[in-house]
Amino acid sequence: MSIPGHETQKSTTGYTLTAIVLHWGTAALIIAGFALGEYMGDLAVSPMKLRLYSYHKWLGVTVFTLAVVRLAWRAFHAPPPFPQKMPSWERAGALAAHALLYALLFAIPVVGWLGSSAHGFQTVYLGVVPIPDLLAKNKELAELLEEVHEQLNHALFLIVAAHIGAALKHHFIDKDDILRRMIGLGGRK
Amino acid sequence: MKRLAAILLSMLIFIPGALYAAPVVREKSSISFLTRQMGVPVSGSFRRFDADVSYDPRNAGKSRASITIYMDDVDAGSDDGTIEIKRKPWFDVKNHPRAEFVSSSLKDLGAGRYEVAGKMTIKGRTRDVSAPVVVKKDGGLWLFDGGFIINRLDFSIGEGPWADTGTVDDKVEVRFRLFAPADKK
Repeated sequence: MSIPGHETQKSTTGYTLTAIVLHWGTAALIIAGFALGEYMGDLAVSPMKLRLYSYHKWLGVTVFTLAVVRLAWRAFHAPPPFPQKMPSWERAGALAAHALLYALLFAIPVVGWLGSSAHGFQTVYLGVVPIPDLLAKNKELAELLEEVHEQLNHALFLIVAAHIGAALKHHFIDKDDILRRMIGLGGRK
Repeated sequence: MKRLAAILLSMLIFIPGALYAAPVVREKSSISFLTRQMGVPVSGSFRRFDADVSYDPRNAGKSRASITIYMDDVDAGSDDGTIEIKRKPWFDVKNHPRAEFVSSSLKDLGAGRYEVAGKMTIKGRTRDVSAPVVVKKDGGLWLFDGGFIINRLDFSIGEGPWADTGTVDDKVEVRFRLFAPADKK
């Protein structure tokens, strides 16, 4: 992902504006999707419940799409390297956490979509674009997928917490540019 | 008791001038419906109904059909939906256990195609409906295959907050496939 190298090239220490917008856009969408998911499940059947379920699915489809866009963007725009003084265990941890985050950005919407199909409800993005069902209606499978969807979200919650914690640690304790560069601020040196 | 029923039935059949209406073959026949919820198609079906059809291709205009649907035996496509749809804002099954259709005319459009018109009663509300029907021989049976669209709010199906057609569309597609014994003549 990143090659620890010469620190001379100042321009490679920043993210592209596209990468920054995609990062924070994804963050906002998964927070909204997560909160909706936690809230909507226990509601009594009502028009509001139908709406919230649809919004939740639309958020998931959007997160999935953005994850594809981000990986494609990343393939052509390498993220800036880690700060040179960052120890190798931290680099390994960061790489692993980022890989897991990406994996979940794909897996969670996919499992949600499969579960919805297994429940007998097709996903229709924004109420307009029908996404074909891969699975036929199957109650046992639907309940299993719903459970997996929920557990993956709990995993996501923990990794996001670690992600935020690490960013704050870099900013306040290590006093490096990790957080600043994702906000779009220049280096502080 | 069975014997008495048989006698009464045979009397009914052989009384001159009495219209012989054949009950449909229930195991093969189906009545289903399709709704759209937030743009998502959701299908359901009525699992218990009685239907009598009399049909003579040589005198199609004299054909008759009547259908009684027992609303409690509905499948709305999901567990939650099936519970919800029987409640007061929707079918109000407790007060309106049956829905009925009685035909009033059958228009021959040629080549086995017809237009059936009649009165549909759901939840105590009666409205005129008409539907294209294709009639064809299937084994030893007549298959009546057709469908029509109703506006659920015409029958007060989905009251209160559910009257919001932005969530559940007003239009409901009803599809029927009725198999009736072909007359042996």
